[in-house]
Amino acid sequence: MGDKLYIVIPAYNEEKTIGKVLNSLKKAGYKNVVVVDDGSQDKTPVIVRKLNVPLLRHIINRGQGAALKTGIEYALLKEADIIVTFDADGQFLVKEIRKVVEPITNKDAEAVLGSRFLGEARNIPFSKKIVLSIGKIVVRILYGIKVTDSQIGFRAFSRKAAETIDIKSNRMEHAGEIMGEIVRNSLRYKEVPVTIIYTSYSKKRGQSWKDSLKLGIKMLLRRMMR
Amino acid sequence: MNVLQIIAIVFALFAISRVILRMRDKKLTPGEFFFWTLIWLGLLGVVFFPSLTSRLANLIGIGRGIDLIIYGSIAILFYLLFRIYVKIEEIEQEITKVVREISIIKKKK
Repeated sequence: MGDKLYIVIPAYNEEKTIGKVLNSLKKAGYKNVVVVDDGSQDKTPVIVRKLNVPLLRHIINRGQGAALKTGIEYALLKEADIIVTFDADGQFLVKEIRKVVEPITNKDAEAVLGSRFLGEARNIPFSKKIVLSIGKIVVRILYGIKVTDSQIGFRAFSRKAAETIDIKSNRMEHAGEIMGEIVRNSLRYKEVPVTIIYTSYSKKRGQSWKDSLKLGIKMLLRRMMR
Repeated sequence: MNVLQIIAIVFALFAISRVILRMRDKKLTPGEFFFWTLIWLGLLGVVFFPSLTSRLANLIGIGRGIDLIIYGSIAILFYLLFRIYVKIEEIEQEITKVVREISIIKKKK
């Protein structure tokens, strides 16, 4: 397969984990990686440069949705055929990238969404489970798409999908918005089980239930305004 | 004429002067100019003829003039708040666009 694969990693203050993630990607042989530093105040950009990985820098923090879109746009400029989005906090397994990309190379789907519920998520905190299942229902109602995991950063897009999906939200609402875009553009999508490693570090970094509530309200408002 | 009326008149005149100045600077569209002039002239009208509001209120089916003003004001405030919300969203998205362009341009160098 001659498909050009690009891995987009949005990163905001991830100095503790970004180096490890980039190294394991390198080791696995992924050459086209781009990190979008979303205005980190820590050493994230320094580490990325040291490892000689292409780096795009937002001069101010614009949120994960914005960073993702920047990375996707860059990958499209670089003539990527497949774009994978990956988190910088080390929650995903590099070896599972192949699994997420497969439906696209096989032409089974234009968009692939990782799902921690289909997979063997390791020790998901109970509170997180509840919040996520509410999120699932909200996304179902607002965007009319049935997925088992709506708030995950592990995704793959074909070039066509990446070109048509328009992420307008800067902050975390982009997850739901991507679902909405998949429906709107009637892209074929597939969910693939992925493993998520919950460490004490990632738990601390993740969204609190308050953030999730805010997110829900914002998604609703945005939906009403469209 | 009581103190409140005088304050209201001064305030309305001040507001109208601002509206005219903004219009001269071309910061307001003709529609906005019309809207704001109407609002402040309306205030003047109410100050000089308070009974006007009661008659208008009765016409619509609201008991007192002051109630009409309060209902109307709240509706207008909500509408303006919504407009501002939408505007801020737009600005946020524009800022992101600028930040994104800068990051990509810098990378190309």
